[in-house]
Amino acid sequence: MNLMRDFSKGIWQENAVFKLLLGMCPVLAVTTSAENGLGMGLATTFVLVCSNIVVALMRKVIPSGVRIPAFIIIIATFVTVVQLCMEAWVYDLYLALGIFIPLIVVNCLILGRAEAFASKNPVSRSAADGLGMGLGFTLALFMLGAVREIFGSGAILGFDLFGPSYQPILLMILPPGAFITLGLLLALMSRMSRNGG
Amino acid sequence: MKDILRLLLALTLIAGIAGLILSQVETATREPIKEQRRLQMLKALSAVLPEYTNSPDTDTATLENGVDKKDRPIQVVFYRGRKAEQLVGTAFKVVAPDGYSGKIFIMVGVKPDGQIIGIEILTHAETPGLGSKITDALFKDQFKGKDLDNVDWRVKKDGGEFDQITGATISPRAIVGAVKKGLEFYREHKVEILAPQVIPAPQVVPAPQVVPAPKGGTK
Repeated sequence: MNLMRDFSKGIWQENAVFKLLLGMCPVLAVTTSAENGLGMGLATTFVLVCSNIVVALMRKVIPSGVRIPAFIIIIATFVTVVQLCMEAWVYDLYLALGIFIPLIVVNCLILGRAEAFASKNPVSRSAADGLGMGLGFTLALFMLGAVREIFGSGAILGFDLFGPSYQPILLMILPPGAFITLGLLLALMSRMSRNGG
Repeated sequence: MKDILRLLLALTLIAGIAGLILSQVETATREPIKEQRRLQMLKALSAVLPEYTNSPDTDTATLENGVDKKDRPIQVVFYRGRKAEQLVGTAFKVVAPDGYSGKIFIMVGVKPDGQIIGIEILTHAETPGLGSKITDALFKDQFKGKDLDNVDWRVKKDGGEFDQITGATISPRAIVGAVKKGLEFYREHKVEILAPQVIPAPQVVPAPQVVPAPKGGTK
């Protein structure tokens, strides 16, 4: 079935971070730890799925001349609604993810999927696409965060790995570490896909 | 021309609907959010105050402490915890402007005599894994029982008595400095801070409250 392919392509084949290199700002900025990467990824996934559904629902109503501003209004509205509801009813989650939510509006991955996929496809396929892309994004952020946390703080998800004698590589959790890790991961990914055919 | 009108209409409609949805959501969430913020505040207060029976978030004294860059007065709010009408502690926010990245907001709780009961880091943006260790109990607990006179208010690296964090001296140094300044302000203005509450004029007081008669209290 098509749906499965729409879902799975976002995780690996067309992974937003490793293959499309979309949404680099949050990727580089928040991946100082695995937990942060996971949080940002999941929040983005949620907004991405919802905005894809709404855009797909309205794709025949929106005139193509104003589709980009219309998408931006939809996404911004959605993000604000999510933020307000989280702050009102799931405050603990809001405290953990709150700082990332405004960043989601400017994530070009979401606008990119609205424009490239949801505006041309039915609701079910758009939802599958959003979920796949979002989870692929989460996976990439988690990997990046995990690598940086292991070398930069000697821990993973807050658990100490190497004991107190380990001298953390400070550079890895500072901004240059994000670029270095991303570069190495990208190199590794393209090596792997070349070997795989 | 007709086309432009159509586009205009469509976009206006979408923006209008979005505005409508947003205003509805805002109205529906305004009260719960206010309540959540209050609970959060009370949580921070109970972390730095001894057991109290009043609600310190409404039993406050507001003082001015200098002016900011735009010449507006900086207000410091003192939250007073009482048990059986007896003042047991006062909590106030201090700001460390010289953190490694951005300001650090700290809640400090002191006994009436000025001894620290505890501190709590409210918000900070220090480097994760390094400066962010200021939120660890190990670091915060060393402030307990300290006052202006019984300890040298500097980090060990500067010759004082507070442990810095390996790899991050700037954040602890900023906090020690800010807490010290807060204690000094408390000592200077103790009389006004502990004076009985007068009705704060422009402030919104959510719950009705018994106000003791002001006897030459705060301005």
